[in-house]
Amino acid sequence: MAITLSGDHAILSPPLSSRLTPAQVWGIVLLAPYLLVFLAFVVYPVCYGLWLARAPANYVALYNDPIFARAAVNTLIFLVIGINIKMLIALFLSGFFAQQRTWIKWLSVIFILPWAVPSIPTILSVRFMLNPEWGVINHLIFSFTGDDGPNWLNDPTVALTMAIAVHIWKSLPFWTLILITGRLAISHDLFEAAEVDGASWWQKFRFITWPSMQTLYITCTLLSMIWTLGDFNSVYLLTGGGPADLTHVLATLGIRYLRLDQLSLAMASIVCAMPFVLPLVYFMMKRLSR
Amino acid sequence: MKIPTLREVATEARLLLIGIPVFIWTMVPIYHMFLFAISPKEDAFSGKLWPDHPTLHNFEIVFKQQHYFLRDFYVQFWNSLVIAASVGVLTLFIATAAAFSISRLKVPGGRIVMNLALFTYFIPAAFLAVPMYRTMGNYGLLNNHWALILAMVTIASPYAIWVLKQASDKLPVELDEAAVMDGATTLQIFRLVYLPLMMPSLVAIGTYAVLLAWNEYLYAFLLLSNDREITLPVALGNFLAADDSPWELLMTTGFIYALPPAAIYYAFRRYMVGGLTAGAVKS
Repeated sequence: MAITLSGDHAILSPPLSSRLTPAQVWGIVLLAPYLLVFLAFVVYPVCYGLWLARAPANYVALYNDPIFARAAVNTLIFLVIGINIKMLIALFLSGFFAQQRTWIKWLSVIFILPWAVPSIPTILSVRFMLNPEWGVINHLIFSFTGDDGPNWLNDPTVALTMAIAVHIWKSLPFWTLILITGRLAISHDLFEAAEVDGASWWQKFRFITWPSMQTLYITCTLLSMIWTLGDFNSVYLLTGGGPADLTHVLATLGIRYLRLDQLSLAMASIVCAMPFVLPLVYFMMKRLSR
Repeated sequence: MKIPTLREVATEARLLLIGIPVFIWTMVPIYHMFLFAISPKEDAFSGKLWPDHPTLHNFEIVFKQQHYFLRDFYVQFWNSLVIAASVGVLTLFIATAAAFSISRLKVPGGRIVMNLALFTYFIPAAFLAVPMYRTMGNYGLLNNHWALILAMVTIASPYAIWVLKQASDKLPVELDEAAVMDGATTLQIFRLVYLPLMMPSLVAIGTYAVLLAWNEYLYAFLLLSNDREITLPVALGNFLAADDSPWELLMTTGFIYALPPAAIYYAFRRYMVGGLTAGAVKS
């Protein structure tokens, strides 16, 4: 496919080729496969989707749908609380894993497992652990206390918390790894000097670690927020949006509308998220395209 | 051997106090999956932490496709494999060509294309899935492996191009100039100078694309639905359709499905950690 396209370009380019060097012609030819993919599978779907979502009636329908409001709130909770907790733990653990110990080296190899294995089987594994009748957690609760454990995923608050926990379980290793890289880049002399001056653990963090890591930390937090908006698996595979559609986030809600054949509503719900997504994306692009 | 001081013991104890919960937290869901895979159904459902009679019988059922949910196991495994490999090859081809064009040939408009690609990278995948589903329908590709392959290439390419562009910006310009002096054509520079020098990044990106495609659930389940067309993760999700799902078989299949990516990840960890973390966030 890509090759035929390159051919087309060669045919189309004669009037241009007088002005372009051979290297530039090759540049266009080599860029063409990606441009084609971009036009066919990003530009066209996005424009088509926006066109579908153009009618104001969609937004009225969304406004009147309690599931949409709930999903928006859940998404905010997921992003604002979930991600910040995750990043704070990652920051803390990056300090732990930066310690020079053989057993910590080995632990860091194991620690990366959740990131290395696909999320479907592990999320389903957690789902069964939380099963009220047969799950291992309620079995343990029963054998220790003699009481039946709670029906975990039947309570929207608990279910959403569990979905956030699953998300943290999955992506914590990745962010910890990145923050470790940031920590190891700090000059060791600074810590030795602080040691000589008798600085406390907190002072070392406050005056050395944090100032050199804050840019990285904030970038990571924002990036994680953008990506988490697209985290479909953690919620869908654990709770399926239930009970009673109370644990949906925007990522699963769009797919829910899609499955109900309400494509324009699905697109409208995504358009509603754009005022929050686009500033984040703009900020990240400014950072990364320097 | 010197006797540790009290302070050293206290430090070590504090580290262990962090290390042990981290270990348990990491391993519980994976161990639970493994436990189910080696347990007969009664043991699995009774909440035991180790089965009374560990067995490989579940694996036998899966490999012999002796269950309703598993009757297309090999076909689905093969689908996953073919799709992941195709996405890896296509992404490498498209992204390497684009990165070479933008970074080395300084094609006019290259910077704009790079920014567009980055923009795509930041669109949450689940948001793009909605219009993508309809688009694939319009192209008549639904239920066709090409739909999933092209969708995953679309998602993998931006990051691939970005990482490869970063890596190739670091190669000295003098290399290309020297090759041009010697009369090399653009294609020869690409093949004989550029590709060999980029090998470590290419390995990292190829691995990234293959794992991304192998692990993908959402797009796979939207774009493919026929039992003999779907990939393994979709088949795993379909287990949930029944009320009395054979969870021990689901976990066994899941375990088998999780092994190749974990193995690949650890085999290429050196490349992945260097290439991808450096690329993911530039501070």
